[in-house]
Amino acid sequence: MADHALRKAPLGRHHGGSAGARVTPAAPATRLSLRAGEDAIGTLSLAFGLELPRRPKTSASVSGRHALWLGPDEWLLIDENGADLMGIASGVSALHSATDVSHRNTAILVSGPDAAGAIASACPLDLGNAIFPVGAAARTVLGKIEVVLFRSGEEDYRVECWRSFSPYAFGLLVEGAEDAGL
Amino acid sequence: MLLIYCPYCEEERSELEFRHGGDAHIARPANIADITDEEFQDYFFLRDNPKGLIFERWRHIHGCGRFFNAARDTVSDKFVMSYKAGEPKPNLSGEPTATEKTVETYEAVEGIAK
Repeated sequence: MADHALRKAPLGRHHGGSAGARVTPAAPATRLSLRAGEDAIGTLSLAFGLELPRRPKTSASVSGRHALWLGPDEWLLIDENGADLMGIASGVSALHSATDVSHRNTAILVSGPDAAGAIASACPLDLGNAIFPVGAAARTVLGKIEVVLFRSGEEDYRVECWRSFSPYAFGLLVEGAEDAGL
Repeated sequence: MLLIYCPYCEEERSELEFRHGGDAHIARPANIADITDEEFQDYFFLRDNPKGLIFERWRHIHGCGRFFNAARDTVSDKFVMSYKAGEPKPNLSGEPTATEKTVETYEAVEGIAK
């Protein structure tokens, strides 16, 4: 009997894209689906070490940890360094709901001058600089699936999708990257 | 692509992110156990299905996840306005409703609709 389980990355060593938009699987990260009322935001912000955003389509980032606004009382927390977010949440007494979704989601990184074009090939969200600047985040759709889109840099986007949908999302983005470069 | 204004996201988003939720402002009778079958039928099943202005519940299911209410023209599919759930029904009596000249969205002439 095996002593420990092997982690199998949903996208393995997938790679693709074009000269204008690279499409790569993101490294594993811990993730938290967080719901909380207005009165718990302050306490939770202190515990996680970043100010939970209160405005639509905004995010907060501190050294590899991101809090993305999804709804008026809902956030997606991502820690690229694999910090124990559930452990932090369990130490907060203010009323909130936290669910570990680290392995439910996986992320695809799209970067390069044509990155926005690659995503726009299957996503109805307006990705213009004025309306979706660096740091913007939103839950939306990509083709037939739901994704959370986060603009982490001028030409860098993080596409969070459910693990089982990731080959579909990856395929769409690779096609989009090729089309965007034409 | 039809754009719908979400009062929680405070911007117009694609219809692909939304789901329709039936008529808005349907009040559940407080004495639900006492009403007759006919009254229950009227409350539970029967809707007006108007041609023109209608108030509906919509949900930004693939966005912020919130339910809200919207006033829509059933003929032209135009969203007159949308507002947060729980807010009172707005008075839109001055709003023009469908006329004989309004282009039905399913008609072949949709492409030339102004």
